[in-house]
Amino acid sequence: MTTHLSAGHAPPTAPAGPPPRVRLAAEGLRLAYDDRVVVDGLDLALTDGSFTAIVGPNGCGKSTLLRALGRLLRPAAGQVVLDGRSIARTPTREVARVLGLLPQTPVAPSGLTVADLVARGRHPHQSWLRQWSSDDEAVVTEALAWTDMADLGDRPVDELSGGQRQRAWISMALAQETDLILLDEPTTYLDLSHQIDVLELVARLHAERGRTVVVVLHDLNLAARYAQRLVAMRDGALVASGTPHEVLTEELLADVFDLEARVVPDPVAGTPMVVPVRRLPR
Amino acid sequence: MSVPSATRTPAGTAAPAVTPRTAAARRTRRRALGTLALLVLVLAACAASIAIGTRPLAPGTVWEVLTDRSLRTEEAVIVWDLRVPRTALGLMVGASLGVAGALMQGHTRNPLGDPGLLGVTAGASFAVVLAIALLGVATPAGYVWFAFAGALAGTVAVYLLGAAGRGGATPVTLALAGSTLSALLYALVRAILVSDSNSLDAFRFWVVGALAGRGADIAWQVLPFIVAGLVLALVNAPALDLLGMGEDVARGLGQRVWLARAVGLVAITLLAGAATAACGPIAFVGLVVPHAVRSFTGPAHRWLVPCAAMAGALLLLTADVVGRVIARPGEVQVGIVLALLGGPFFIALVRRKRSATL
Ligand SMILES: Nc1ncnc2c1ncn2[C@@H]1O[C@H](COP(=O)(O)OP(=O)(O)O)[C@@H](O)[C@H]1O
Ligand SMILES: [Mg+2]
Repeated sequence: MTTHLSAGHAPPTAPAGPPPRVRLAAEGLRLAYDDRVVVDGLDLALTDGSFTAIVGPNGCGKSTLLRALGRLLRPAAGQVVLDGRSIARTPTREVARVLGLLPQTPVAPSGLTVADLVARGRHPHQSWLRQWSSDDEAVVTEALAWTDMADLGDRPVDELSGGQRQRAWISMALAQETDLILLDEPTTYLDLSHQIDVLELVARLHAERGRTVVVVLHDLNLAARYAQRLVAMRDGALVASGTPHEVLTEELLADVFDLEARVVPDPVAGTPMVVPVRRLPR
Repeated sequence: MSVPSATRTPAGTAAPAVTPRTAAARRTRRRALGTLALLVLVLAACAASIAIGTRPLAPGTVWEVLTDRSLRTEEAVIVWDLRVPRTALGLMVGASLGVAGALMQGHTRNPLGDPGLLGVTAGASFAVVLAIALLGVATPAGYVWFAFAGALAGTVAVYLLGAAGRGGATPVTLALAGSTLSALLYALVRAILVSDSNSLDAFRFWVVGALAGRGADIAWQVLPFIVAGLVLALVNAPALDLLGMGEDVARGLGQRVWLARAVGLVAITLLAGAATAACGPIAFVGLVVPHAVRSFTGPAHRWLVPCAAMAGALLLLTADVVGRVIARPGEVQVGIVLALLGGPFFIALVRRKRSATL
């Protein structure tokens, strides 16, 4: 388990090579619901093979940002660039072959089985001419096995436990075979051991499958443990970005979360660990 | 990036080559059997609808008349001019209502979704009442185009109203606009009827919903619209599967949501509009049929849509046959039979299954 925990903090393996290519970038992004601006002037670049966690208080615009990055929300100004091309001008299906997104609390129709849910992840690779193929079948079988869901393939998603359900959705995202995966709070409503379980799975997506991962997380300690890079947001603005050590400082916790806290090394992983003291008045 | 010295077996190599999918096979078999059973039952209902009527004919006579078109007996006229067109119309209209209901419930993700929600029925009713009161139209064949135009106008108005908000048209704003407009139109319908008792007489036969008194001409008039609607519904089925997981997931999987919505809206309007134009408003089929069918197809629309077509036809034809025999020598309109049958049936269905969530 500790193997991928250190992934983010190992020295770069190939310092001589060119810097990793930027896959997804936000440029001067302004996001608004009707007239209410939620995010303004945000810039962010996500490099190939990176593992980024977005943190910030409730309502600061994390989900909004993630939806814009996934082309679910059209920016009021600025743009999102996917592989050098404006995402707004890229056809939906083309985006869906490169970038997968799991919203905050996805709901499966009642009675839909896990295997059928995962099979729907193949949609972007199908067309009128190219319907369900043995390739698709193989990918789905493999995705189920890889997420340890093979035995539950025939169970309805709405009858699973929270942890299993999240695994099923991640399995669908895996079957979509996208280089980039964005996940919005995949651990919400899960108990601690299932949070770890899901994050391990996400970390394996990154480490074993080479996916570029962006995940919105609530738990700062877990974010620091699993992600290589933290992005802290407040009130729709990007406040800090860097390694967990650079971002999770006592000053930042006061600034972003109104939290007085000590930051100590995590006894297991050595990553920064937040020990709250009290909430500060704003 | 450092690849972990994997404690777990790397993906791919350790994945079991074949997962036993017995439950999946069972489900497929249940779907296939259900579809086959529906097909057989629909054929049986067609046979019953041709063989049984208010005027009792011996099955041998009916067969003779059907196989020998040169016969010009009174029985031949009954079978060929009344029962066959009526059966064909029942098939078409039942299928339309079943499929329109399945689409409506799929798009709204609302198990109580009914094609009437979009203002189709109210629009058609209003147009028919205007045709009767102002133009003196008095036959079902005369109502068809008015009803159809009214259904279209109703849906378009609901769509424009529903899209007027800043968020654009969503299933919720459409349903709200549909209820509002329906309430308004029905108030106008009542206002006209209250002031004009002649219109009331003609209108009340239209508004109960009936297959009786509709000839082959009406079936031919609505056929192209129903065929177009059914084709669009089938095209819409994969998109509905994706939309069932929410718009964000659907879009994330590459579905153009606006396109799926547009196709669905046009299909619902064509199907429900044509059905209402041909037979008047018929409730319950669109509501009940998708529920019943979902119990063996599951939520996959490529099964649900064709099965809803067959089940809708089956329900409408059966109700129509029942209506012909329970009140001999008269008959009870199919709309009334359905209301009487459909209520208890629906309650039983909801009690038996947790089918109330989508
Ligand atoms: N669909 C919406 N319509 C209007 N306002 C919204 C919508 N979704 C989110 N918001 C608002 O945008 C702000 C940011 O929300 P969100 O991105 O969900 O925050 P987070 O994910 O960081 O908790 C909040 O103030 C929220 O109320
Ligand atoms: Mg959120």
